Amino acid sequence: MKNNWPLWEVFIRSKNGLEHKHCGSLHASDAEMALENARDVYTRRLEGISIWVVESKDITASNPENNGELFEPAQDKVYRHPTFYKLPDELKHM
Amino acid sequence: MKNENLYNYILGVADNSLILGQRIGELCGHGPSLETDIACTNVSLDLFGQVRSYYQYAAEIAGEGKTEDDIAFLRRERQYKNVLLVEQPNTDFAYTIVRQFLFDVYHLLFLQELQNSTDETLVAIAKKSIKEVSYHERFSSDWIKRLGDGTEVSHQKIQEAINNLWTYTDELFNQTDADKAMVTAGVGVDVTSLKRKYYETVTAVLEVATIAIPESKWFQKGGKNGVHTEHLGYMLSDMQYMQRTYPGMEW
Repeated sequence: MKNNWPLWEVFIRSKNGLEHKHCGSLHASDAEMALENARDVYTRRLEGISIWVVESKDITASNPENNGELFEPAQDKVYRHPTFYKLPDELKHM
Repeated sequence: MKNENLYNYILGVADNSLILGQRIGELCGHGPSLETDIACTNVSLDLFGQVRSYYQYAAEIAGEGKTEDDIAFLRRERQYKNVLLVEQPNTDFAYTIVRQFLFDVYHLLFLQELQNSTDETLVAIAKKSIKEVSYHERFSSDWIKRLGDGTEVSHQKIQEAINNLWTYTDELFNQTDADKAMVTAGVGVDVTSLKRKYYETVTAVLEVATIAIPESKWFQKGGKNGVHTEHLGYMLSDMQYMQRTYPGMEW
């Protein structure tokens, strides 16, 4: 069968208190079917307690071609990590 | 056999799930899409899981070293007590999903009542199965609505499947002698009491799906007493081939 259903991205939350994580994608004709398919394809082995689906076309993604300007400038900015700073000895519980 | 009525009653309940599970299982690797294929296989595995619980209990009642596998694989066609509906062939996805829907609505109503049985084992099986079957009903109902109220072709295919499978619905509410004895004993479900709710639920979904209810008042029956359509024999020869050819074989 030619599958012309739209593509959906699936996010699963594995436990209460944790965030939803992207776990894959699937095809479905509508949101309801996408949820059911996600349940059947991605939670058969007790992987989750909550599912989000979003149509892939609704996601705006960064372009890998721009990775240089987007991400490389952060490489030499170690001072942006809190561990870069020495804490005075008097400060406890940090 | 002591408790022969209970034994026969359990097989009457379990054989529906075995045969329907086998039918949907035939689609494993052949579903209309990857996602639907997995969904159908999940339903099939749910049903087989339920069947194992029922057959283990039946084997215990039968005694004499009988096992769940003997019951599943070593009976003759006339000894299977499933309704005719569940042995009907897959034909196409419309038939597959309509057969599933017509059974799921019944199955859910049935399990809800079975929870009130005086038999603790049956109550435990019902409680475990009911969540699975609630999902089956949701899955098949959604597909009926989606396809019935879909394109011209999908509508026509669902209507055709409904027209041809409708004749097998009334048998769900027939009672065998074992059924009646078990209802009297407080163990079995009085299926005649489910009939009105069944047709109300089915009708409500079909209306949303813009599918017309067949008017025919003539219904097929026989499966519960072991008189099957020609399809069951072929299924059993597939299912039983290994056990008949290599008796006692194990994986």
